[in-house]
Amino acid sequence: MTTPTLDHPTFKLVKDAFPGKKFLATEFRGQSTLIVEPADLHEVMVFLKSDPRADYCFLSDVSGVDYLNYPAEMPGRFAVHYNLICFNRDDRFFVKTFVNPSLPTDGIVPDPTLVVDSVCDLWAGAEWMEREVFDMFGIRFRNHPDLRRILMWEEYPAHPLRKDYPLRGRGERDQYKVVDRTSG
Amino acid sequence: MGIEAALPVDGFVTTQLRRVINFARRNSLWPMPFATACCGIELMATACSRYDLARFGAEVMRFSPRQCDLLIVAGRVSIKTMPVLQRIYQQMTEPKWVISMGACASTGGVFDTYAVVQGCDQFIPVDVYVPGCPPRPEQLIEGVMAIQRHIDREGMPPPGGKRMPLGIAIQPTHAPRPQPVGLTLGN
Ligand code: SF4
Repeated sequence: MTTPTLDHPTFKLVKDAFPGKKFLATEFRGQSTLIVEPADLHEVMVFLKSDPRADYCFLSDVSGVDYLNYPAEMPGRFAVHYNLICFNRDDRFFVKTFVNPSLPTDGIVPDPTLVVDSVCDLWAGAEWMEREVFDMFGIRFRNHPDLRRILMWEEYPAHPLRKDYPLRGRGERDQYKVVDRTSG
Repeated sequence: MGIEAALPVDGFVTTQLRRVINFARRNSLWPMPFATACCGIELMATACSRYDLARFGAEVMRFSPRQCDLLIVAGRVSIKTMPVLQRIYQQMTEPKWVISMGACASTGGVFDTYAVVQGCDQFIPVDVYVPGCPPRPEQLIEGVMAIQRHIDREGMPPPGGKRMPLGIAIQPTHAPRPQPVGLTLGN
Protein backbone atom coordinates (compact mmCIF):
# COMPACT_ATOMS: atom_id res chain seq x y z
CA MET A 1 0.00 0.00 0.00
CA THR A 2 1.37 3.36 -0.97
CA THR A 3 1.48 6.24 1.45
CA PRO A 4 -1.09 8.90 0.63
CA THR A 5 0.26 12.07 -0.95
CA LEU A 6 -1.58 14.85 0.81
CA ASP A 7 -0.73 17.57 -1.65
CA HIS A 8 -4.21 18.66 -2.61
CA PRO A 9 -4.23 22.48 -2.21
CA THR A 10 -7.62 22.43 -0.48
CA PHE A 11 -6.13 20.63 2.53
CA LYS A 12 -3.93 23.63 3.24
CA LEU A 13 -6.79 26.06 2.67
CA VAL A 14 -8.98 24.29 5.20
CA LYS A 15 -6.18 23.94 7.69
CA ASP A 16 -5.36 27.64 7.51
CA ALA A 17 -9.00 28.68 7.71
CA PHE A 18 -9.77 26.54 10.78
CA PRO A 19 -6.59 26.53 12.88
CA GLY A 20 -8.22 25.17 16.04
CA LYS A 21 -10.10 22.26 14.55
CA LYS A 22 -9.12 18.65 14.19
CA PHE A 23 -9.06 17.14 10.69
CA LEU A 24 -7.89 13.92 9.17
CA ALA A 25 -6.89 13.63 5.55
CA THR A 26 -6.29 10.81 3.16
CA GLU A 27 -5.66 10.22 -0.49
CA PHE A 28 -6.10 7.24 -2.78
CA ARG A 29 -5.25 7.19 -6.48
CA GLY A 30 -5.53 10.93 -6.83
CA GLN A 31 -8.74 11.25 -4.86
CA SER A 32 -8.26 13.42 -1.80
CA THR A 33 -10.56 13.08 1.18
CA LEU A 34 -10.91 15.38 4.13
CA ILE A 35 -12.36 13.82 7.28
CA VAL A 36 -14.13 16.27 9.55
CA GLU A 37 -15.91 16.01 12.87
CA PRO A 38 -19.71 15.98 12.43
CA ALA A 39 -19.94 19.13 14.55
CA ASP A 40 -17.63 21.03 12.19
CA LEU A 41 -19.16 19.73 9.00
CA HIS A 42 -21.48 22.56 8.13
CA GLU A 43 -18.94 25.27 8.82
CA VAL A 44 -16.34 23.56 6.66
CA MET A 45 -18.85 23.04 3.87
CA VAL A 46 -19.79 26.72 3.92
CA PHE A 47 -16.12 27.54 3.56
CA LEU A 48 -15.56 25.04 0.75
CA LYS A 49 -18.49 26.41 -1.19
CA SER A 50 -18.10 30.14 -0.65
CA ASP A 51 -14.37 30.73 -0.44
CA PRO A 52 -13.19 31.79 -3.92
CA ARG A 53 -9.99 29.71 -3.61
CA ALA A 54 -11.97 26.55 -2.85
CA ASP A 55 -15.05 27.36 -4.96
CA TYR A 56 -16.73 23.96 -4.87
CA CYS A 57 -19.88 25.04 -6.61
CA PHE A 58 -21.32 21.59 -7.25
CA LEU A 59 -22.23 18.77 -4.89
CA SER A 60 -22.02 15.69 -7.06
CA ASP A 61 -23.04 13.05 -4.55
CA VAL A 62 -23.84 12.31 -0.95
CA SER A 63 -23.55 8.72 0.17
CA GLY A 64 -23.44 6.68 3.31
CA VAL A 65 -21.19 3.81 4.33
CA ASP A 66 -21.51 1.28 7.10
CA TYR A 67 -18.09 0.16 8.33
CA LEU A 68 -19.36 -2.72 10.46
CA ASN A 69 -16.80 -5.58 10.30
CA TYR A 70 -14.49 -3.46 8.17
CA PRO A 71 -10.99 -4.98 8.35
CA ALA A 72 -9.22 -1.72 9.09
CA GLU A 73 -9.71 0.46 12.15
CA MET A 74 -12.10 3.31 11.29
CA PRO A 75 -12.95 6.47 13.24
CA GLY A 76 -16.60 5.42 13.48
CA ARG A 77 -19.25 2.96 12.40
CA PHE A 78 -21.11 5.04 9.81
CA ALA A 79 -19.68 7.57 7.40
CA VAL A 80 -21.32 10.17 5.20
CA HIS A 81 -19.42 11.14 2.06
CA TYR A 82 -19.74 14.36 0.14
CA ASN A 83 -18.39 14.46 -3.37
CA LEU A 84 -17.62 18.07 -4.32
CA ILE A 85 -16.69 19.44 -7.70
CA CYS A 86 -15.20 22.74 -8.74
CA PHE A 87 -16.02 23.23 -12.40
CA ASN A 88 -13.65 26.17 -12.85
CA ARG A 89 -10.57 24.15 -11.86
CA ASP A 90 -12.00 20.76 -12.90
CA ASP A 91 -11.26 19.56 -9.40
CA ARG A 92 -12.95 16.89 -7.34
CA PHE A 93 -12.72 16.75 -3.57
CA PHE A 94 -14.24 14.44 -0.98
CA VAL A 95 -15.39 15.29 2.50
CA LYS A 96 -16.23 12.56 4.93
CA THR A 97 -17.64 12.53 8.41
CA PHE A 98 -18.07 9.66 10.85
CA VAL A 99 -20.94 9.07 13.26
CA ASN A 100 -21.46 6.35 15.83
CA PRO A 101 -24.81 4.89 16.86
CA SER A 102 -25.90 5.02 20.47
CA LEU A 103 -28.88 2.66 20.09
CA PRO A 104 -29.11 -0.85 18.63
CA THR A 105 -28.99 -0.52 14.85
CA ASP A 106 -31.69 -3.05 13.96
CA GLY A 107 -34.64 -0.71 14.36
CA ILE A 108 -35.82 2.60 12.99
CA VAL A 109 -35.95 4.53 16.27
CA PRO A 110 -34.35 7.97 15.73
CA ASP A 111 -30.84 7.75 17.11
CA PRO A 112 -29.69 11.01 18.75
CA THR A 113 -26.06 10.47 17.76
CA LEU A 114 -26.70 9.45 14.15
CA VAL A 115 -27.29 13.05 13.13
CA VAL A 116 -25.38 15.20 10.67
CA ASP A 117 -26.05 18.78 9.59
CA SER A 118 -27.84 19.03 6.28
CA VAL A 119 -26.12 20.88 3.46
CA CYS A 120 -29.36 21.56 1.61
CA ASP A 121 -29.01 25.26 2.35
CA LEU A 122 -25.71 25.29 0.41
CA TRP A 123 -26.48 22.90 -2.43
CA ALA A 124 -30.21 22.47 -3.02
CA GLY A 125 -29.49 19.21 -4.85
CA ALA A 126 -28.48 17.58 -1.59
CA GLU A 127 -32.11 17.13 -0.65
CA TRP A 128 -32.84 13.80 -2.32
CA MET A 129 -29.35 12.43 -1.77
CA GLU A 130 -29.62 13.06 1.95
CA ARG A 131 -33.03 11.46 1.94
CA GLU A 132 -31.48 8.39 0.38
CA VAL A 133 -28.75 8.23 3.03
CA PHE A 134 -31.44 8.56 5.66
CA ASP A 135 -33.56 5.86 4.06
CA MET A 136 -30.75 3.37 3.65
CA PHE A 137 -28.70 4.02 6.81
CA GLY A 138 -30.97 5.84 9.23
CA ILE A 139 -28.61 8.79 9.50
CA ARG A 140 -30.74 11.88 10.08
CA PHE A 141 -29.95 15.30 8.70
CA ARG A 142 -30.54 18.31 10.91
CA ASN A 143 -32.39 21.20 9.17
CA HIS A 144 -33.33 19.07 6.21
CA PRO A 145 -36.50 20.52 4.63
CA ASP A 146 -38.27 17.20 4.02
CA LEU A 147 -36.60 14.19 5.57
CA ARG A 148 -38.73 11.27 4.43
CA ARG A 149 -37.84 7.91 2.96
CA ILE A 150 -37.20 8.15 -0.74
CA LEU A 151 -36.73 4.58 -2.00
CA MET A 152 -38.39 2.25 0.48
CA TRP A 153 -42.03 2.69 1.36
CA GLU A 154 -43.01 4.74 4.37
CA GLU A 155 -43.76 1.92 6.81
CA TYR A 156 -40.57 0.00 6.06
CA PRO A 157 -39.32 -1.32 9.42
CA ALA A 158 -35.56 -1.06 8.87
CA HIS A 159 -32.73 0.77 7.20
CA PRO A 160 -31.68 -1.87 4.71
CA LEU A 161 -28.10 -0.92 3.79
CA ARG A 162 -26.90 -1.31 7.35
CA LYS A 163 -24.56 -4.27 7.39
CA ASP A 164 -26.41 -5.99 10.21
CA TYR A 165 -29.59 -6.08 8.13
CA PRO A 166 -30.02 -9.42 6.32
CA LEU A 167 -29.89 -9.26 2.52
CA ARG A 168 -33.21 -11.03 2.14
CA GLY A 169 -34.87 -8.82 4.70
CA ARG A 170 -36.82 -9.86 7.74
CA GLY A 171 -39.86 -11.12 5.91
CA GLU A 172 -41.06 -7.77 4.56
CA ARG A 173 -41.24 -9.11 1.04
CA ASP A 174 -43.35 -12.12 2.03
CA GLN A 175 -45.94 -10.51 4.26
CA TYR A 176 -47.88 -8.62 1.69
CA LYS A 177 -51.60 -8.84 1.08
CA VAL A 178 -52.62 -11.31 -1.61
CA VAL A 179 -55.08 -10.45 -4.36
CA ASP A 180 -56.85 -13.41 -5.92
CA ARG A 181 -59.62 -13.67 -8.45
CA THR A 182 -62.36 -13.41 -5.89
CA SER A 183 -61.14 -10.07 -4.53
CA GLY A 184 -60.83 -8.55 -8.01
CA MET B 1 -61.09 -20.57 -37.02
CA GLY B 2 -60.64 -20.95 -40.74
CA ILE B 3 -64.18 -19.83 -41.45
CA GLU B 4 -63.61 -19.16 -45.14
CA ALA B 5 -62.69 -22.73 -45.90
CA ALA B 6 -65.73 -24.04 -44.04
CA LEU B 7 -68.08 -21.69 -45.84
CA PRO B 8 -70.32 -23.59 -48.22
CA VAL B 9 -71.47 -22.06 -51.51
CA ASP B 10 -74.79 -20.74 -50.28
CA GLY B 11 -73.11 -18.76 -47.53
CA PHE B 12 -74.46 -20.37 -44.35
CA VAL B 13 -72.38 -21.77 -41.56
CA THR B 14 -73.65 -23.32 -38.37
CA THR B 15 -71.47 -23.31 -35.27
CA GLN B 16 -71.76 -22.92 -31.55
CA LEU B 17 -72.21 -19.53 -29.95
CA ARG B 18 -69.38 -20.38 -27.59
CA ARG B 19 -67.01 -20.88 -30.50
CA VAL B 20 -67.94 -17.60 -32.13
CA ILE B 21 -67.42 -15.71 -28.89
CA ASN B 22 -64.15 -17.45 -28.20
CA PHE B 23 -63.01 -16.78 -31.76
CA ALA B 24 -63.63 -13.07 -31.34
CA ARG B 25 -62.17 -12.95 -27.90
CA ARG B 26 -59.06 -14.90 -28.80
CA ASN B 27 -58.16 -12.65 -31.68
CA SER B 28 -58.58 -9.37 -29.88
CA LEU B 29 -56.51 -9.58 -26.73
CA TRP B 30 -55.67 -6.15 -25.39
CA PRO B 31 -52.41 -6.29 -23.48
CA MET B 32 -51.70 -4.04 -20.54
CA PRO B 33 -47.90 -3.64 -20.51
CA PHE B 34 -46.63 -3.51 -16.95
CA ALA B 35 -42.98 -3.09 -17.94
CA THR B 36 -40.79 -2.31 -14.97
CA ALA B 37 -37.35 -3.41 -16.14
CA CYS B 38 -35.29 -4.77 -19.01
CA CYS B 39 -37.95 -7.30 -20.06
CA GLY B 40 -40.04 -4.31 -21.07
CA ILE B 41 -37.63 -3.62 -23.91
CA GLU B 42 -38.27 -7.08 -25.30
CA LEU B 43 -41.98 -6.55 -24.84
CA MET B 44 -41.70 -3.43 -26.99
CA ALA B 45 -39.79 -5.39 -29.61
CA THR B 46 -42.55 -7.99 -29.60
CA ALA B 47 -45.07 -5.38 -30.58
CA CYS B 48 -42.83 -3.86 -33.25
CA SER B 49 -42.78 -4.76 -36.91
CA ARG B 50 -40.02 -7.35 -36.79
CA TYR B 51 -41.87 -9.74 -34.50
CA ASP B 52 -45.28 -8.16 -34.91
CA LEU B 53 -47.64 -9.25 -32.21
CA ALA B 54 -50.38 -7.85 -34.46
CA ARG B 55 -50.28 -11.11 -36.39
CA PHE B 56 -51.92 -12.65 -33.32
CA GLY B 57 -54.43 -9.91 -32.77
CA ALA B 58 -52.86 -8.57 -29.62
CA GLU B 59 -51.11 -5.44 -30.79
CA VAL B 60 -53.23 -2.76 -29.17
CA MET B 61 -51.33 -1.98 -25.99
CA ARG B 62 -53.33 0.26 -23.74
CA PHE B 63 -51.91 2.01 -20.73
CA SER B 64 -55.28 2.05 -19.08
CA PRO B 65 -56.16 -1.18 -17.26
CA ARG B 66 -59.86 -0.63 -17.82
CA GLN B 67 -59.38 -1.10 -21.55
CA CYS B 68 -57.25 -4.23 -21.27
CA ASP B 69 -57.75 -7.90 -20.65
CA LEU B 70 -54.20 -9.28 -20.75
CA LEU B 71 -51.78 -8.11 -18.08
CA ILE B 72 -48.13 -8.66 -19.08
CA VAL B 73 -45.88 -8.28 -16.06
CA ALA B 74 -42.47 -7.64 -17.62
CA GLY B 75 -39.69 -7.06 -15.13
CA ARG B 76 -38.87 -6.96 -11.47
CA VAL B 77 -41.67 -6.08 -9.12
CA SER B 78 -40.53 -4.45 -5.92
CA ILE B 79 -42.70 -4.57 -2.86
CA LYS B 80 -43.26 -0.86 -3.27
CA THR B 81 -44.67 -1.47 -6.76
CA MET B 82 -46.82 -4.41 -5.69
CA PRO B 83 -49.83 -2.31 -4.60
CA VAL B 84 -49.79 -0.60 -7.99
CA LEU B 85 -49.71 -3.92 -9.80
CA GLN B 86 -52.52 -5.31 -7.67
CA ARG B 87 -54.60 -2.23 -8.26
CA ILE B 88 -54.05 -2.44 -12.01
CA TYR B 89 -55.01 -6.10 -11.91
CA GLN B 90 -58.18 -5.35 -10.00
CA GLN B 91 -59.15 -2.55 -12.36
CA MET B 92 -58.99 -4.79 -15.41
CA THR B 93 -62.33 -6.11 -16.53
CA GLU B 94 -63.18 -9.79 -16.64
CA PRO B 95 -62.41 -11.96 -18.45
CA LYS B 96 -58.75 -11.23 -17.92
CA TRP B 97 -55.50 -13.12 -18.13
CA VAL B 98 -52.04 -12.53 -16.69
CA ILE B 99 -48.67 -13.33 -18.26
CA SER B 100 -45.60 -13.24 -16.04
CA MET B 101 -42.74 -12.48 -18.40
CA GLY B 102 -39.16 -13.33 -17.53
CA ALA B 103 -37.27 -14.75 -14.59
CA CYS B 104 -37.77 -11.69 -12.41
CA ALA B 105 -41.51 -11.42 -12.64
CA SER B 106 -41.91 -15.18 -12.18
CA THR B 107 -39.39 -15.86 -9.42
CA GLY B 108 -37.50 -12.71 -8.50
CA GLY B 109 -34.62 -13.86 -10.71
CA VAL B 110 -31.19 -12.97 -9.42
CA PHE B 111 -32.64 -10.21 -7.27
CA ASP B 112 -33.04 -12.22 -4.11
CA THR B 113 -33.16 -9.15 -1.89
CA TYR B 114 -35.30 -7.46 0.71
CA ALA B 115 -36.99 -5.15 -1.79
CA VAL B 116 -37.99 -7.49 -4.62
CA VAL B 117 -41.03 -9.73 -4.67
CA GLN B 118 -39.97 -13.33 -5.31
CA GLY B 119 -42.49 -14.00 -8.02
CA CYS B 120 -45.54 -11.83 -8.61
CA ASP B 121 -47.70 -14.97 -8.52
CA GLN B 122 -47.41 -14.83 -4.74
CA PHE B 123 -49.66 -11.81 -4.74
CA ILE B 124 -51.73 -11.89 -7.93
CA PRO B 125 -53.03 -14.87 -9.95
CA VAL B 126 -50.73 -15.66 -12.88
CA ASP B 127 -51.89 -17.71 -15.86
CA VAL B 128 -48.80 -18.10 -18.03
CA TYR B 129 -45.14 -18.05 -17.06
CA VAL B 130 -42.73 -17.16 -19.84
CA PRO B 131 -39.16 -18.10 -18.90
CA GLY B 132 -36.05 -16.29 -20.02
CA CYS B 133 -33.88 -13.38 -19.06
CA PRO B 134 -35.28 -11.73 -21.05
CA PRO B 135 -37.53 -14.08 -23.03
CA ARG B 136 -37.17 -13.60 -26.76
CA PRO B 137 -40.19 -12.08 -28.49
CA GLU B 138 -40.97 -15.49 -30.02
CA GLN B 139 -41.20 -16.88 -26.53
CA LEU B 140 -43.54 -14.15 -25.39
CA ILE B 141 -45.69 -14.67 -28.47
CA GLU B 142 -45.77 -18.34 -27.51
CA GLY B 143 -47.14 -17.22 -24.14
CA VAL B 144 -49.83 -15.13 -25.79
CA MET B 145 -50.70 -18.06 -28.03
CA ALA B 146 -50.99 -20.33 -25.01
CA ILE B 147 -53.67 -18.03 -23.71
CA GLN B 148 -55.33 -17.98 -27.12
CA ARG B 149 -55.38 -21.77 -27.21
CA HIS B 150 -56.87 -21.78 -23.77
CA ILE B 151 -59.58 -19.28 -24.78
CA ASP B 152 -60.35 -21.46 -27.78
CA ARG B 153 -61.01 -24.48 -25.62
CA GLU B 154 -62.78 -22.60 -22.87
CA GLY B 155 -66.51 -22.89 -22.35
CA MET B 156 -68.62 -19.83 -21.70
CA PRO B 157 -66.96 -18.02 -18.83
CA PRO B 158 -68.60 -18.78 -15.48
CA PRO B 159 -70.83 -16.04 -14.08
CA GLY B 160 -68.80 -13.43 -12.28
CA GLY B 161 -65.77 -14.43 -14.26
CA LYS B 162 -64.14 -16.34 -11.40
CA ARG B 163 -61.76 -19.10 -12.30
CA MET B 164 -58.48 -20.54 -11.13
CA PRO B 165 -55.17 -19.27 -12.51
CA LEU B 166 -54.07 -21.50 -15.37
CA GLY B 167 -50.46 -21.98 -14.27
CA ILE B 168 -49.05 -22.70 -17.73
CA ALA B 169 -45.24 -22.63 -18.06
CA ILE B 170 -44.00 -22.06 -21.59
CA GLN B 171 -41.20 -24.30 -22.87
CA PRO B 172 -38.68 -23.07 -25.43
CA THR B 173 -40.01 -24.00 -28.83
CA HIS B 174 -37.35 -22.77 -31.20
CA ALA B 175 -33.70 -23.58 -31.72
CA PRO B 176 -31.53 -20.58 -31.02
CA ARG B 177 -29.77 -19.14 -34.04
CA PRO B 178 -27.50 -16.15 -34.47
CA GLN B 179 -29.29 -12.82 -34.64
CA PRO B 180 -29.50 -10.81 -36.75
CA VAL B 181 -29.31 -13.17 -39.68
CA GLY B 182 -26.52 -12.49 -42.16
CA LEU B 183 -27.33 -10.27 -45.07
CA THR B 184 -25.46 -10.43 -48.37
CA LEU B 185 -25.46 -7.40 -50.59
CA GLY B 186 -24.82 -7.66 -54.34
CA ASN B 187 -23.38 -11.01 -55.44
S1 SF4 C 1 -35.79 -11.48 -16.31
FE1 SF4 C 1 -33.85 -10.60 -17.00
S2 SF4 C 1 -34.42 -9.22 -18.65
FE2 SF4 C 1 -36.29 -9.63 -17.46
S3 SF4 C 1 -36.44 -8.01 -15.96
FE3 SF4 C 1 -35.35 -9.70 -15.01
S4 SF4 C 1 -33.18 -9.23 -15.34
FE4 SF4 C 1 -34.36 -7.97 -16.78
